[in-house]
Amino acid sequence: MTTPEILTIILTTAVTMGTPLLFATLGGVLSERAGVIHLGMEGIMLVSALVTFVVDLQTGSKVLALIGAMMAAGALSGLHGFVCISLRGNQIASGLALALFGTGLSGLFGDALIGSTVTSLDRIPIPGLELIPILGSAFFNQDWMVYLSYVLVAGLWFMLFHTNWGLQIRSVGEAPIVCDALGLSVAKIRFLCVIFGGMLIGLGGAYFPMVLTSFWVDDLTAGRGWIAVALVIFAFWHPGKALWGAYLFGAAIAFQLQAQVMGLKIPSYILEMFPYLLTIVVLTVVTVRNRRAGQTFMPAALGLPFFRGDKH
Amino acid sequence: MIKHLLTILVTLMLWVPNFASAADPKVAFIYVGPVGDGGWTYAHDLGRRHLEKMGVETTYVESVPETDSERVLRNLARRGYDIIFTTSFGYMDPTLNVAKQFPDTIFMHASGFRTHDNMGNYFARMYQARYLVGMVAGMMTKSDKIGIIGSHPIPEIIRHINAFTLGVRSVNPKATTQVIWVNSWFDPAKEGAAANSLMDNGADIVTITTDSAAATQTAAKRGLYSIGNDSDMTLYGPEAHLTANIFNWGIYYEHIYNQVKNGTWKPSSDWWGIETGAVDLAPFGKMVPKNVQDMVMAKKAEIVSGEFVVFKGPIKGQDGSTAIAAGAFPSDQDLLSMMYYVEGVVGDIPQ
Repeated sequence: MTTPEILTIILTTAVTMGTPLLFATLGGVLSERAGVIHLGMEGIMLVSALVTFVVDLQTGSKVLALIGAMMAAGALSGLHGFVCISLRGNQIASGLALALFGTGLSGLFGDALIGSTVTSLDRIPIPGLELIPILGSAFFNQDWMVYLSYVLVAGLWFMLFHTNWGLQIRSVGEAPIVCDALGLSVAKIRFLCVIFGGMLIGLGGAYFPMVLTSFWVDDLTAGRGWIAVALVIFAFWHPGKALWGAYLFGAAIAFQLQAQVMGLKIPSYILEMFPYLLTIVVLTVVTVRNRRAGQTFMPAALGLPFFRGDKH
Repeated sequence: MIKHLLTILVTLMLWVPNFASAADPKVAFIYVGPVGDGGWTYAHDLGRRHLEKMGVETTYVESVPETDSERVLRNLARRGYDIIFTTSFGYMDPTLNVAKQFPDTIFMHASGFRTHDNMGNYFARMYQARYLVGMVAGMMTKSDKIGIIGSHPIPEIIRHINAFTLGVRSVNPKATTQVIWVNSWFDPAKEGAAANSLMDNGADIVTITTDSAAATQTAAKRGLYSIGNDSDMTLYGPEAHLTANIFNWGIYYEHIYNQVKNGTWKPSSDWWGIETGAVDLAPFGKMVPKNVQDMVMAKKAEIVSGEFVVFKGPIKGQDGSTAIAAGAFPSDQDLLSMMYYVEGVVGDIPQ
């Protein structure tokens, strides 16, 4: 096997393994930019994976399945929003509860589905682009959900940093009191971000039955919702960096598998640790550097419930 | 006086149900994965359901992390379960610790090696079934490359890889097995990716030591073959699933339950073979030709009768040196600590 072929295999696997992480990370970015921490990703991904599977099994329609997954994820996130925004509850506690609740819920209703299978999405090559050496087939000969993720990365980036909406969202995450004084509804903006963010996380869950594992087993995300929680921070709440972060984690898995097949004498444990190690290193370096420059990347009001006026 | 007699009477009446419940042991299980994994944990849960069908009161706690198992075990013991089966290697020391604290509860730990006054361990000689499914793979492969998705590099898994490879090469000496470790018991997405990697590199059959049916699904998608593990995985890819090495834990759990009920239980290390039915093969897929099935079933009969032993020298190590001398039979202790590959396995054991 030639080097370009090996690289193509690694990159292709990196993209397929990274895509569910990417969707979930984007959802986390949107929610946290508005100031609401979302730790419930694992639970939301599992429930939306289950809904995708059930709707696909019943109707055979991938589009309906995806809509169902997004609605379920949006509803669960709405619950998180209600606790965190309306009741001003603790965001961490609510998120953790949601993660556990979702895991349990998917297990409970998933039991009846064990043994059934659905078809997975076909790869659709994009004419022209797929012919680019190495990268073409990895990035442009994928299923349509991967292409959807590219569109979402660009769309979310543009929305957050180049539109008035984005400015409002980021402001609510940085200085809700100022926004409130300017007449913006902090609660409304946060609610919308949590719900739409949840829908994006739901796409990450849907990717499992759609592409990765077209059968139902309990716990099929195997903890990837928690990796996405870390990736949101790793990406410094930026959609573009989320893309690289997600693919980096995907690539670590792909490389680990390929290295073993090729007989490279690299212990697989080291490769497994690598992305986490990198997360810690990058966070440390960037945080230290920015603290010197007096900058922070974390939305200033992240995790803080908003109390209006003089009520607090 | 009458008051005292009454007290004694009432106390005795309160005691009676306790005696009755001692005669009918209640059984608890802790599982390392979800019961819906379709593999290892699912197989244990089928065993539990077998007890339920006999009218035994059972319960289970699933997806218990090995680090959190002591707490769960103590809780179950306190709730009055008489027999607790702990079904993952990593539960061994936690089980021993809790067994010392609850001397009246009987603990049975799967796949380990520790015993105590009230703790036994058990396993089944799955390697015998692995040898047989290896024969199937050896006869069905066209590329002479068979992929194995490894979970964790512990002696049990190494032994299974070796037995499988010996089975493959007993019928096809040119064939090799390639191992990829995923360092997880259960991660369907990664198992699927590993199956793809193996097949991208020329394997036309994959088998697993992990717990999910992802590899069978991946093989089905690519029009190749798979061999399932622990439970019959035919449902997930009927056109790909050649057969599987499976557990029938119900047979063993019934045996232990009866021993405890009759008061004949003693701590021991049980290692049940294919002759007991505790391990077996899943039904063959319809693409497995009759002559292959016949050969495998004939070999199974030889193992059952004791005429054939899987690990019997001469067996060569991965580098061609002698691992087991001609005519030698490794002891169970040797098998339980096996940490080398036999000839024909490609890859390294992670250190």
